[in-house]
Amino acid sequence: MIFRRPFFWLILIIAALFVYFPLHGNNVSLREDLILVAIAIILASNLNLMIGYTGYVNFGHIVFYGLGGYVGLYLATVRGWNLVLAALVAGLAVSLCGFLFGLLILRLRGAYFALATIGVLQAVQAFVSNFDPWGRSTGMYLSFDSYQPLGGAMRALWITYYLVIAVMALSMILSLAIKNSKFGLGLFAIREDEDAAVVLGVNATVYKAIIYSVSAFLPAVAGALMFYKNGMIDPSIAFEYMLSLEGIVMLMLGGQGVVMGAALGATLYEKLRSYLLTSSTLSNFHLVIAGGLLLVVVLFAPGGLIGWLYRLVPRARKVIE
Amino acid sequence: MSGVLASMIDGLLVGAVYGLAAMGLSLIWGVMDVINLTHGAMIALGMFSMYLLFGALGTNPYVLLLPVIAAGLLLGIIVYWMSVHWVVGRSMLMSLLSTFAVNMMVIGIGTAVWSTSPYNVNFTLPGITIGAYTFTGNHIAAAIAAVVLALALQLFLYHTRTGKAIRAVADNREAAELMGISTTAVLTIAFGIGIALAVTSGALISTLFPFTILSGSVYQLKSFVVTILAGLGKPFGALVAGVLLGLLEGVVTPFIAVSWIPLIEFGLFVVVLVAFPQGIFGRATA
Repeated sequence: MIFRRPFFWLILIIAALFVYFPLHGNNVSLREDLILVAIAIILASNLNLMIGYTGYVNFGHIVFYGLGGYVGLYLATVRGWNLVLAALVAGLAVSLCGFLFGLLILRLRGAYFALATIGVLQAVQAFVSNFDPWGRSTGMYLSFDSYQPLGGAMRALWITYYLVIAVMALSMILSLAIKNSKFGLGLFAIREDEDAAVVLGVNATVYKAIIYSVSAFLPAVAGALMFYKNGMIDPSIAFEYMLSLEGIVMLMLGGQGVVMGAALGATLYEKLRSYLLTSSTLSNFHLVIAGGLLLVVVLFAPGGLIGWLYRLVPRARKVIE
Repeated sequence: MSGVLASMIDGLLVGAVYGLAAMGLSLIWGVMDVINLTHGAMIALGMFSMYLLFGALGTNPYVLLLPVIAAGLLLGIIVYWMSVHWVVGRSMLMSLLSTFAVNMMVIGIGTAVWSTSPYNVNFTLPGITIGAYTFTGNHIAAAIAAVVLALALQLFLYHTRTGKAIRAVADNREAAELMGISTTAVLTIAFGIGIALAVTSGALISTLFPFTILSGSVYQLKSFVVTILAGLGKPFGALVAGVLLGLLEGVVTPFIAVSWIPLIEFGLFVVVLVAFPQGIFGRATA
């Protein structure tokens, strides 16, 4: 059972700390910092399901986040739905899209799939930029009244923060649960040797399509929450290619295939990025530094920080998963 | 109707340049089994190197192609030793990520230097006017340059000793090594040529359309589509497939908005990959 694993409780403690610190003293700027970290953890954790568990690179992971934001914002403003319901439906809709898409493009193996994901991102962005109900390239705005059901803008921001933290904890728990399931073993088998996995009875196409759509769900929910909180969305911020790429850097930095690796890499990278962006000399070069970091990790430490920790303290595997 | 025809001819000319870009991608992919994700960034660097050289010297851009090619070769060799050499033969994931890291660094530096605002190379050759339509001289000259370079590569690969070595390594690296071919040298040269082709095509594109540092990604997607259409390791096929893609764009542009084109290209990419995994020029068993 998942409850008997120490790491499960560690996740809950981390989430509790995320809630406690900003609430203690009503620290709004800390909350804004932490929500970005939480989003980074959500993206990196779900990307880990593809890259770390299944061995398939998804360069367009941000598509889920952006599409979720669009569907969620559309339902919440134009249709006037309740936020939680809108976010959940957005997650389900994007997941379903992901599954159908996955069945199509996951017939492609390895590198071909990776190329297709770049295409998915550009194609979806092209579609949304031409889609009338979603405001084409100008995007959509949230009317201020939409915050009323949650008790005004101030409270609404806190509520979305708690929801995002909940999604973050769920992302990590989901990763942990999949890792310890038969389904997860099937994914690992695909990662190690897809042909052998198929011979041993793993239905690779269906497995891959399922994990592709599962990895879409929580980022889409997070996107719906986040863009609701920001109050606006347009194609260039919803499908920010750079964020998609940075997700890969976070994952590789922390350690792919490890739940804690995704979270740790996301936290460190997000901190590094906010430091670089605020420094006047380095703000233009954060992408260069991210690229350099990725190159160093890929060439010299493919296991990332957690891989290094595992080598140093082998017993850590039992606690940090 | 003749409007569509004119648009098709224009597409055909631009397509030759797409083909040239894709040859670079295809060569590297075929020889070392590495999907070069720096491709788009290298195309963008080609655009800016033409912009800078033309701005500084003001000579005919087609003469400037020579220094651009040389710089591309050198750049390719640097990138090879920076990121590719260490991951050749390891899992595809590693080479995807390492070339991708270099891509991020190049785009990052480029954005810092040139921001993401558009630039253009202000040079026009006299065009040819037929009836109501004018074919700009730049398009014609770029297509001719692309075809000449493609032929030169073909001659190099099939009629020189080094070209033969490159093909041998592409066929079977171990056997080539046993025959006394230094694979490291061959891979370095092949990667250099591949990048030089990308850079050169970028330089040619810069004489046709305005560009930004991020424009490379558009042409990278086109190069992938073309490479897949042609089938791997068929550089000359890439030129033909590039022309086909250009033709297709020429046919559809009079009827739909340009912003839909990535969607069409992506659709084509998936359909071809699923239906013709060996490329449209490939046989069912290869």
